[in-house]
Amino acid sequence: MKRRDFFAVMGGGVVVMLVDDDLYAQETGGGRGGSRQAPRDLSAWLHIGETGIVTVYSGKVEVGQNARTSLTQAVAEELRAPVASIRMVMADTDLTPYDNGTVGSQTTPQMWPVIRRAAAAARETLVDLASQKWMVERASIQVADGRVTAGDRSAGFGELTNGQKLTRTIPASVALAPAAEWKVAGTSVPKVNGREIVTGAHKYTYDTKLPEMLYGKVLHPASFGATLVSLDSASAEAMPGVKVVRDGDFVGVTAPDPFTAEKAVAALQAEWKPVVAEASSKDVYSYFKKNSRDPTADDGGLTAYTVAYIAHVPLEPRSALAQWKDDALTVWTGSQRPFGVRSELAQHFSVPEERVRVIVPDTGSGYGGKHNGEAAYEAARLAKATGRPVKRNWTREEEMTWAYFRPGGLIEVGGKLNPDGTLAEWEFHNYNSGPSALQTPYDVPRKKEQMHQTKTPLRQGSYRGLAGTANHFVRESYMDELAYSAGIDPLEFRLKNTRNERLRAVIQAAAGRFGWKDRKKTAGHGFGISGGFEKGSYVANCAEVSVVDGTVKVVRVVEAFECGAVVNPEHLKNQVEGAVAMGIGGAIFEQIDFADNKIVTNRLARYRVPRFADMPVIESVLLDRKDIPSAGAGETPIMGLAPAIGNAIFDATGQRLRTLPMAPGKLATGTAPVPAAGE
Amino acid sequence: MARVTELDVNGTRLRIDADPDRTLLSVLRDDLDLTGTKYGCGEGQCSACTVLIDGMPTKSCLTKVSTVAGKRVVTIEGLAPAGTLHPVQEAFLEADAMQCGWCTPGMILGAVGLLRHTPHPSEADIVSSLNGHICRCGTYSRVVEAVQMAAKKGGRA
Repeated sequence: MKRRDFFAVMGGGVVVMLVDDDLYAQETGGGRGGSRQAPRDLSAWLHIGETGIVTVYSGKVEVGQNARTSLTQAVAEELRAPVASIRMVMADTDLTPYDNGTVGSQTTPQMWPVIRRAAAAARETLVDLASQKWMVERASIQVADGRVTAGDRSAGFGELTNGQKLTRTIPASVALAPAAEWKVAGTSVPKVNGREIVTGAHKYTYDTKLPEMLYGKVLHPASFGATLVSLDSASAEAMPGVKVVRDGDFVGVTAPDPFTAEKAVAALQAEWKPVVAEASSKDVYSYFKKNSRDPTADDGGLTAYTVAYIAHVPLEPRSALAQWKDDALTVWTGSQRPFGVRSELAQHFSVPEERVRVIVPDTGSGYGGKHNGEAAYEAARLAKATGRPVKRNWTREEEMTWAYFRPGGLIEVGGKLNPDGTLAEWEFHNYNSGPSALQTPYDVPRKKEQMHQTKTPLRQGSYRGLAGTANHFVRESYMDELAYSAGIDPLEFRLKNTRNERLRAVIQAAAGRFGWKDRKKTAGHGFGISGGFEKGSYVANCAEVSVVDGTVKVVRVVEAFECGAVVNPEHLKNQVEGAVAMGIGGAIFEQIDFADNKIVTNRLARYRVPRFADMPVIESVLLDRKDIPSAGAGETPIMGLAPAIGNAIFDATGQRLRTLPMAPGKLATGTAPVPAAGE
Repeated sequence: MARVTELDVNGTRLRIDADPDRTLLSVLRDDLDLTGTKYGCGEGQCSACTVLIDGMPTKSCLTKVSTVAGKRVVTIEGLAPAGTLHPVQEAFLEADAMQCGWCTPGMILGAVGLLRHTPHPSEADIVSSLNGHICRCGTYSRVVEAVQMAAKKGGRA
């Protein structure tokens, strides 16, 4: 939206825009004020309408982590407006400032302070208005509960903005109140759109409709990389209302209803020419090493761990609704990167970005799995070919085959201890999992830590915690191996090897709540501990498992988590618990099996995810550091779970499981428990 | 088989014109715009599509629309018809038993069905009765808590 359009869209009132400091200097000094166009120079903007309703615009997406609520809290805190008077407009590329995506746990560290600054500036603008209107000193004016007051005069926000068309541009560096003084931020404000969720009223992308809309389906190749040899579409085209769209290897159908669309795509007779598979899930780990340019020697004395490809399984599969009008494209789609999808679509269809609008309704989860615009592209292509709006809802099988996966990986690790149990050497090589959290947080004088680029046989991408989970699994499992080899208690061993106070604090908090020092070994039960940090936050886990006839059950998990000043304790607790629940899948049983360029585990009947019966008792300990800026919490809480479980399995059985998942079938039965280290 | 022309949904008889082989899920979502009922897997593995049929929680993705003619279908939209939330809906809000919310309508209807025949379920009852429901965000322990809260308040449908 262009700045001059603000009031046309929203009516009168006050608009506050936050711009980068450099641009602010240009605007105030260079006389360009008011002419620059959104979005790339603006980091946020906020409107206070004549009714007192506050509307805030952010390019972030709500994917379930409650960004909508936390950003609302930011506004309520600084503007001193009731939560109920605040509307967040999110993830609409025509209305909201440019944003690089709801990824990497960045909403809280990056967007949250920006929104707070815009709200703080808006509050000061209201004070200015009141000061002018009432002819009183600014210092005599208070703002609280959505009202501005000076002595016996008082006005609601709407009364002050009524009749105004005022825009104010402010620098992004405007100052903020410290966390210790927060009144709304830092409290458990309930999910702002919770009622729409429990009544089924919220419209996700999957639920959106337009008049005259057609339903689209796409014919996928029989296997990855296969090319289309021939297509017989006669029987599909004979169905009433069906149109077959073919463009090279792209084959899709549209129909007036989804039932006919399904029948039509099933009626297509296609012949595909397959390509030879380079690897399967059985031999992919040697494939990684073979295809690396700088592999380690096979006899280098390192210990190998492996990490399987896994699927995100967002419960709302990919979906898009596309509409072309006068060579301009509007797409509703559930993506974590609306502006990225806009660029993708602009490129695909050779139109300027200004003619593509991407709108993301609050989405049925992503976990890093919805960065791209696959469904958006398909819907837009079919809509262009038919001249009608087209809805493209992916099936679960499509989501589990044609999306992308968390990378599999091979990780080799080695280390040596000094006689006093401190680390002397550390070596760590990661093939394909990724570089996040590659570096050890422990103090070690000589270390080599390397990421090895290689090839991937499957399409891979981001995932909650991504490589942080793989790297923590290996590092914290191997730390356990070293602790046991030296006969040192795993908790004591970790504390002995790090001076990082924040890491020590979470490890001690988790161990304290768990009762680590008083734990009592019983047959078939074991205890494990882990710790780490990533993306500005710190995590430690203690786990208790039982192993009966080779079957692992996680009995109890304590997670201590610290991400600076806590924004919303209840929602943070929910994130931590959810990460533990989800993490159990990747730790114990989730694994994508693939062979012959096909996904074998392509349905939920073949791909097990955690369920109610898998849940341990989960206890979270939140360390609220009001002296440290808030960091994100969507990812780091998942990273330490797998090694805590693996270490507990070792404690119970004496078997070290060096694979993710640590599938139950890999445990030999009848192994006598080994005594806990230090006993 | 004859086309299905009438469906009793949320206490109202609605005119439809549906191929008998279509799923109840599709008719609810695509014909009647009752999109609170969610697709999650299409094979009965996740229970996001749960509705009540004559009071029993049922996976609408595996239910052909022809089999429910003459039966009472209740969807999430029918749980708070006058705007007053059902005790189970209240409890889900109170326990913050959701993140992205995609599984929530199915979970709530599953819980309503459970409380109908087991007004005071144990934790084990709740786990075994809802184990077919997937919450990928992992709010399971909060869902259990919500069902217990609703039971205390007398959450019978």
